[in-house]
Amino acid sequence: MANPSANPSNSPSVQLGWPLASTLTPQLRRRLNVGDLLFRGLTALFALVLIAIGGAIVAVLVYQSSESIQTFGWGFLVTSKWDPVFKEFGALPFIYGTIVSSFLALLQAVPLSIGTALFLSEMSPNWLRGPVSFLVELLATIPSVVYGLWGIFVLVPWVRTYVAPALSTTLGFLPFFQGPNYGVGMLTASIILAVMVIPYITSVAQEVFKAVPLPQREAALALGATKWEMVRLAVLPYGRTGLIGAIMLGLGRALGETMAVTMVIGNRADISLSLFAPGSTMASVIANEFSEATYELYVQALIEIGLVLLIVTVVVNICARLLVWSVAGPNAGTRGA
Amino acid sequence: MRTCIWRSALVTICLGALAGSAHAQLQLNGAGATFPYPMYSKWFNLYTQVDPSVRFNYQSIGSGGGIKQITEQTVDFGATDGPMSDEQLRAAPGPILHFPTVMGAAVLTYNVEGLGSGLKLTPNVIAGIFLGKITKWNDAAIAAPNPGANLPPRDIIVVHRSDGSGTSYIFTDYLSKISSEWNNKVGKATSVNWPVGLGGKGNEGVTGLVKQTPFSIGYVELIYATSNELPYADVQNAAGALVTPSLESVTAAAAALAQNMPDDFRVSITNAPGTDAYPISSLTWLLVYEKQKDTEKGKKLVQFLTWMIHDGQLHAPALHYAPLPKEVVAKEEQAIHRVTAADGKPLQ
Repeated sequence: MANPSANPSNSPSVQLGWPLASTLTPQLRRRLNVGDLLFRGLTALFALVLIAIGGAIVAVLVYQSSESIQTFGWGFLVTSKWDPVFKEFGALPFIYGTIVSSFLALLQAVPLSIGTALFLSEMSPNWLRGPVSFLVELLATIPSVVYGLWGIFVLVPWVRTYVAPALSTTLGFLPFFQGPNYGVGMLTASIILAVMVIPYITSVAQEVFKAVPLPQREAALALGATKWEMVRLAVLPYGRTGLIGAIMLGLGRALGETMAVTMVIGNRADISLSLFAPGSTMASVIANEFSEATYELYVQALIEIGLVLLIVTVVVNICARLLVWSVAGPNAGTRGA
Repeated sequence: MRTCIWRSALVTICLGALAGSAHAQLQLNGAGATFPYPMYSKWFNLYTQVDPSVRFNYQSIGSGGGIKQITEQTVDFGATDGPMSDEQLRAAPGPILHFPTVMGAAVLTYNVEGLGSGLKLTPNVIAGIFLGKITKWNDAAIAAPNPGANLPPRDIIVVHRSDGSGTSYIFTDYLSKISSEWNNKVGKATSVNWPVGLGGKGNEGVTGLVKQTPFSIGYVELIYATSNELPYADVQNAAGALVTPSLESVTAAAAALAQNMPDDFRVSITNAPGTDAYPISSLTWLLVYEKQKDTEKGKKLVQFLTWMIHDGQLHAPALHYAPLPKEVVAKEEQAIHRVTAADGKPLQ
């Protein structure tokens, strides 16, 4: 090990592999074993470091919010008053805002992304596939503050003048599309989130469809299936677990997105059925208030929000895993993209 | 070959360290308020010409962070837009002094077609709108001081800051003084539980919302409003006069309070007396320990403070900050003498 570059003459015999290992000198064999052990130890260490980092994050969050946890108890999760002046803190509006905005975003992004991925992998002419995939991936590289600015200057006026009035005239009998429309609010936040997660879901879904073996498709076509039947019978079932993985990736991104949402959601700690109403998310309240949180309990309450966000993310992921198992059997998760 | 590289690297590092110590610069670290950051960074930059031996490193992490860092003694000075409370001062390991640096103000900006700059607002109207009690632009209370203005029968959309900010502190401090209901229900802070309205992040977020949302009203920093040519309202002050926000009327607010300025400068100048005073004005402060642990740093800090309240003030108007009135400067000269070395010896 002291001077690895000094014995290049040995390397060809090493490359011959294990069947010839017995012909090597004992010393060399021992060295190979040490290398193996070292490799194993090193990779295990990396894996453990990851676990340790995760554990450390949770520990620090719990420790730094201990006063807030003691003061508010479980009430923190079900109280909807957030009042820094009177030192009353409840996370419910933010939990609600985070989950609802992410769920609505998925509702819009999933059909669009999977449709795009299907088109690109199954139907698109070759010359179109490259540029469109490239553009989709380009969307993922735009910084979220730029999305936020675009939201303020383009999306918000558009929602206020066209989308919201159209929704309230056609679907206004539902409680979701009633009340004053400001342009900013839960609906706008979910649209911007959808735009932001589309590239993630699309590119993973495209990879998933690419992984479907060609004979599978050919078999379906040979049996006289139309293109849609081929997709439905051969491609989608094969890629189902991978698709759920793609959607989860999108959901994870939507749950944690901060800047763009903060800029268009209206930042009001209220729970309202109306999608036109302003709301607030866990990530956005932390981003908004952390720098000017002037006393200890306030800071602790914000850190506890961070802890709750982590827990919500974990719970959502576990639910997703359970969903995968229930639709595709217990081993299905291992084949995911 | 490799050792050769190492050796030369080592030599370089050593030489670099020697060179660094040859013209040693004293670095003063500070952190805190974002509102006066452009002013501070200009000052710190200019001051390197006055005294090349000192360098400033200022992080604009927010007033809350500034108070926290000075309390924990991780910085040499803090900065805040709202004075420290008695409780916060008690939590610090030693007495902390407040030094006013410049002044700012919050102005009410609005978006109502046909209404230019200069809508006249009384304290009752402002409190009513932000409490959600005055909900229409053609409310009689708004119309009374604005004869002839074309006020539409539309809902008022209130916009406030969503992020914790000194501007919100100034504005809610003002509202708490003019409305007992606001004081009891909402109170003053960098973030409050707003009774009505939409939250925009930063001055630009509030401006964006107001500009785009017809029939909205919000508050932004004076500097921001003047440099972006937003329409803003004249506000009736404690003396009953309608005052247009400007650098002069903001300085007048501090001048009006100068005789009653407490020795520790922890004073709110919102709703100040005096016919020229713009009522939604505030000081912003640097926070410095009375006893400086590091005598060398303490000396430099005191020299800087002295420069700041004199020569530094001349640069304020160019950046749209209101300079301190001379009465306050005179009082600060006295206060600077209170900063001493750890053993109580004077630093000047």
